[in-house]
Amino acid sequence: MNENWALFKRNLSDFWKTFRKNRLGLLGAFLVVTSILVATFAPWLTPYSPSDIIRDEGGHGLTFASPAVHAPLGTDDAGHDVWTQLVFGARISLMVGFMAGFIAMFVGSLFGILAGYFGGAVDNLLMRITDILLVIPDLPLMLILVATIRQMDLKISPLTVLIAVIGLLYWTSTARLIRSQVLTIKERQFVARARAIGAGHGHIIRKHILPQIMPLIVANTVLILSTAILVESGLAFLGLGDPTQPSWGTMLNFAFDRSAVTNGAWWFYLPPGLAIVWVTLGCVLLGNVLEEMLNPRLTAHHLEGDQNMVPRAPSSSEETRGMIAVPGKGAE
Amino acid sequence: MTAPILEVRNLYKYFPIRQSLTDLLRRKPADYVKAVDGVSFTLERGEVLAVVGESGCGKTTIARTLIGLEEQTDGEILFHNETVGAHERRARAGLVPLESGGVGTREQQVLPRMSMKRLRQQAQMIFQDPYESLNPRATILEIVAEPLVVHGLARNRDERLARVKTALEEAGLRPAEDYFLRYPHELSGGQRQRVVIASAMVLQPELLIADEPVSMLDVSIRAEILNLLRDLRQKRGVSIVFITHDLSTVAYFADRIAVMYLGRIVETGPAREVLANPQHPYTRALISVIPVPNPRQRRERVILQGETPNPIDLPSGCRFHPRCPIATAECGKNDPPWHAISPTHQAACLRIEQGTS
Repeated sequence: MNENWALFKRNLSDFWKTFRKNRLGLLGAFLVVTSILVATFAPWLTPYSPSDIIRDEGGHGLTFASPAVHAPLGTDDAGHDVWTQLVFGARISLMVGFMAGFIAMFVGSLFGILAGYFGGAVDNLLMRITDILLVIPDLPLMLILVATIRQMDLKISPLTVLIAVIGLLYWTSTARLIRSQVLTIKERQFVARARAIGAGHGHIIRKHILPQIMPLIVANTVLILSTAILVESGLAFLGLGDPTQPSWGTMLNFAFDRSAVTNGAWWFYLPPGLAIVWVTLGCVLLGNVLEEMLNPRLTAHHLEGDQNMVPRAPSSSEETRGMIAVPGKGAE
Repeated sequence: MTAPILEVRNLYKYFPIRQSLTDLLRRKPADYVKAVDGVSFTLERGEVLAVVGESGCGKTTIARTLIGLEEQTDGEILFHNETVGAHERRARAGLVPLESGGVGTREQQVLPRMSMKRLRQQAQMIFQDPYESLNPRATILEIVAEPLVVHGLARNRDERLARVKTALEEAGLRPAEDYFLRYPHELSGGQRQRVVIASAMVLQPELLIADEPVSMLDVSIRAEILNLLRDLRQKRGVSIVFITHDLSTVAYFADRIAVMYLGRIVETGPAREVLANPQHPYTRALISVIPVPNPRQRRERVILQGETPNPIDLPSGCRFHPRCPIATAECGKNDPPWHAISPTHQAACLRIEQGTS
């Protein structure tokens, strides 16, 4: 489809034009993109593997070596290179966060669209499920779930359990958000028009509802990603991560367990902490800017944009001030 | 005479009002907004029928019921002598207005039925607000091609493009290719309404239901859109139910007029005859306030007092009597019967028979 491709390119370039001007958005995108690049190219960024033990000339393991002794970030209690742990940890943290985030987004959008569009009994059922999940405190529930699933010895990788539990618990706010948006969209006249044409529910949802809420879904996905990464770090810090595949949260857990703080080994606990801040801050900045840009209420009107802007009279500010009555002053 | 394309018999549309829990417990009967309260009319092939009335009189509800966006509470809609699908479900729900004003159950007549999908291939609706009736994230091409896609017609891409192109050009958007990839927000109100009309005409329907198609447009563009509708009717022979509150546009292109007041038709007849010789006091009031482009001409204007009564709790007798300038005591008691002024022109008013008008 030739014209579709042209259209896509036009929309993309329009989007980039506005996005380029937003500094916070660019910063957020930079933070997110760099962390993804680091995770992707981890093996090329370090000469060691995460399980290598760094030894001194005498063959003794270097434990808690400061960055001055072993560049760039020293070693941990077992003599592993912290930088290597950090870049490989990015893979685990981002993978768990992204996959959980996408699951949450998918479930949330599905619930929101179905509840909002069909209303009535469907809405009631889906929203009561949402409410129940919403009122249960997340952290204890997740701890219990992860711990019990582990105990059951189902031969599922611990990371899969983490992804599933986070993904299936963090969709509630999304579902509510999407539902409220769908509720307003389905009352709009173009949906009535589609029904009058004879379109079925599937067609209306795909062609009329989804395109309107897609921007919301995209922006919200980015925000949910940051939550998912944070939650993963929290759970891993509490010891629920996979010790054989350490994420940033697992690193913090190790650092805490093996008294890195009392040993003054700041290079052990600061880098993973800052990395978490780096990614989540990036996601939040990017997500907020996307939300602002893609909000259906804030999309461009046909009079906006550089080419179409109505030229202003040169001395408009002076003249109009006299012409338009300022409320409150005009009465005097 | 050929069979009418559309026949509406005793159409009722009541909207139930949600009751409070205390009312439910007290077993208070449910209240209904009587939006359409016994309306009958026919539409011949190629005819333009204007349904006129002030806001809240049930015009739009009629339009939405005709196209199946609402289910009628009672009454038949016959399209080519076949009833339209929605009433099947209604028979199950069993809601039918009663003499007392409430709602009860009744056996349904068995008439040949037409599926909603078939109806919607042959009848299309034009909505009031061209700023709202187009999906802001769809291109004009997608919008106009949508009816074809929904009904699985013109599956071939070239054929589809060709049909969209003809429809757009017939609607006065030339050259059509320039509009294919544009979004609704890039078009003016008049252009958007042309897109709406193109998308309604792409299936080449026999019936158009136009719900105030020009009321949201600038006055300068109204005539253009009305001319377009008139051309389409001449070229394609499409019948139009034209819903409006503006009698001056009616004079411009309707064949027949039905004047509505509070869910009922109060006067119906050929457009010229009704405008020249209005019989019902409500029609007279409406006609007397049409602006005339001559400031020196002095006319007697009938300005109606008060507001439209609440359609939940309708006045007894003639529903116009609380605001009627010539009402008598009898008007508050008896429902006025139809009174024929000529074979085609009828009005429902007690005072006509008494010779006061």
